[in-house]
Amino acid sequence: MTAPVARRSAVGIGHTRVPLGLVYGAMLILLYLPIVILLVFSFNAGTRLSFPLDGFTLDWYTGVFADGALLESARNSLLVATGSATVATLLGTLVAIAVLRFRFRGRGLLLALAGLPLIVPFVVLAVALFLLFVTLDIPRSLVTVGVAHSVVAIPFATLIVISRMSGLDPALEDAAMDLGADYPSTLRRIVIPLMGPTLLSAWLTCFIVSFDEIALAIFLVGGDPTFPVFLYGRLRFAQQLPVLIAMAVLLMVATVTLTLVAQRLRSRDQP
Amino acid sequence: MLGRRGTLPFLVGPPLLWLTLAFLLPVVLIGAFSFRPESGPVDIGGPGGFSVAQYGEVLGTPAFLRLLGISVLMAMAIAGLATTLAYPVAYFLAFRAGRRATLFLTLLLIPFAVSYLLRVMAWKLMLGPEGTINSLLAFVGLTDEPLDLLLYSRAAVIVTLVYVWIPFAALPIYAAMQRIERSHLEAAADLGAGPWARFLRVTLPLSLPGALAAFFMVFIPTVGEYVTPTLVGGTEGIMYGNIIQGFFTRSANWPQGSALAMVMLVITLALVVVAVRLIDLRRLAT
Repeated sequence: MTAPVARRSAVGIGHTRVPLGLVYGAMLILLYLPIVILLVFSFNAGTRLSFPLDGFTLDWYTGVFADGALLESARNSLLVATGSATVATLLGTLVAIAVLRFRFRGRGLLLALAGLPLIVPFVVLAVALFLLFVTLDIPRSLVTVGVAHSVVAIPFATLIVISRMSGLDPALEDAAMDLGADYPSTLRRIVIPLMGPTLLSAWLTCFIVSFDEIALAIFLVGGDPTFPVFLYGRLRFAQQLPVLIAMAVLLMVATVTLTLVAQRLRSRDQP
Repeated sequence: MLGRRGTLPFLVGPPLLWLTLAFLLPVVLIGAFSFRPESGPVDIGGPGGFSVAQYGEVLGTPAFLRLLGISVLMAMAIAGLATTLAYPVAYFLAFRAGRRATLFLTLLLIPFAVSYLLRVMAWKLMLGPEGTINSLLAFVGLTDEPLDLLLYSRAAVIVTLVYVWIPFAALPIYAAMQRIERSHLEAAADLGAGPWARFLRVTLPLSLPGALAAFFMVFIPTVGEYVTPTLVGGTEGIMYGNIIQGFFTRSANWPQGSALAMVMLVITLALVVVAVRLIDLRRLAT
């Protein structure tokens, strides 16, 4: 007669006494500490990044908007991320539909191909694409970076769309087709609207992957740097660090907002 | 009017074409470059010639092999540490956090949304001789001289990368734990298994595929790292990726760089194939 007593806790049975809540809390402190330090120095008046602090300032944040090259690089990253996320989400969705709704020869191979970029180290893909563009005599630019980012984002888009679309009842599509719709318009009028939040969350994930990427971008940018490449180039100049940190804090706020939106959409979409 | 079957080529065609041109073709191309005989600038239009000299050079240069070994070991250490540290956190989220699991997961993932380069730079700031840890130590009066061994070492690279990857490693483990049927745990409890026995005999084996996925999701991006080592590792902490990069930038010896890249690709793929086999065998066994 001990079972009913034990059944009170969350999973219905007792737990070990390991204080996992504390472990989680300690991990959060560790994870946020460097970020808090960055935040502190973005408001610190001195350019030396060491304690004691030199007083409060907002100069670095106003400095961001006076630095044309910095803003230009952020704009470049925005363009690359928007383009590559759109291509990756589109192609990943096509793979997901083909794999989930059709039985055909090479189905497994298509899925493997869409996932394969995930297991190739970035430095290998970077030199491979570098050689491709040199061989084809295509000048390196934001477009070549975007192509690279679309390739590494396709596995994420494919996996996200597949995991949600497998919860979508195929009978809905059968019903639309019984009512006379052809398959492309069934996809357009039934499947895509139902998948809307998932597609947006896949797109945002791809966007963040691209926006933050540097190992591929270093090899493939031409004259216009993306933000990480620009940041990498300027890290050497100590007196410019506070402005870069301020910019990064601003981007952090934007990225966190995007991530929260993606998270919200994903949980709302949960079947 | 397109039927279901007629739509298929339009679904398969674009991704197949894109991935073939922008992913398979370039990988084949480094394969081709790695068999060229030149040991310097390559005349792309010129007659190629076939040679295995580049691979001979890779295998005959102890410095390359040593750095390859070190990089693989470093990536394994980083992936192992990140997975081990992420495991209890994922367990907390899956089994203890209850209704607030989504909030706790989001809190864990927010640092991952902060620019990668910046998180690395934060560690550089913290570990450097003028950095936070040293200036804080001096400020409090614990040290007179800055500890300069903190930055520019392999240890700095390992610490930084473990930090960077922990939230990411928690995701597949958490997903695997969520899939564990709670009825298995209840059945084990009914059969008299205590909390630790249930963990060791039910939860742990069932979550291992997730842990293995986490390990590789950290291992693969880490083994090819070349940016973080230059930032926090200095000349002491360089990895195999840095020599590959060097052959494409400083010395412009593409065939040699391609052979080095191919070696890394083959090793990574081999490890992944082994891992996939392991997971499948486990599934067959249960």
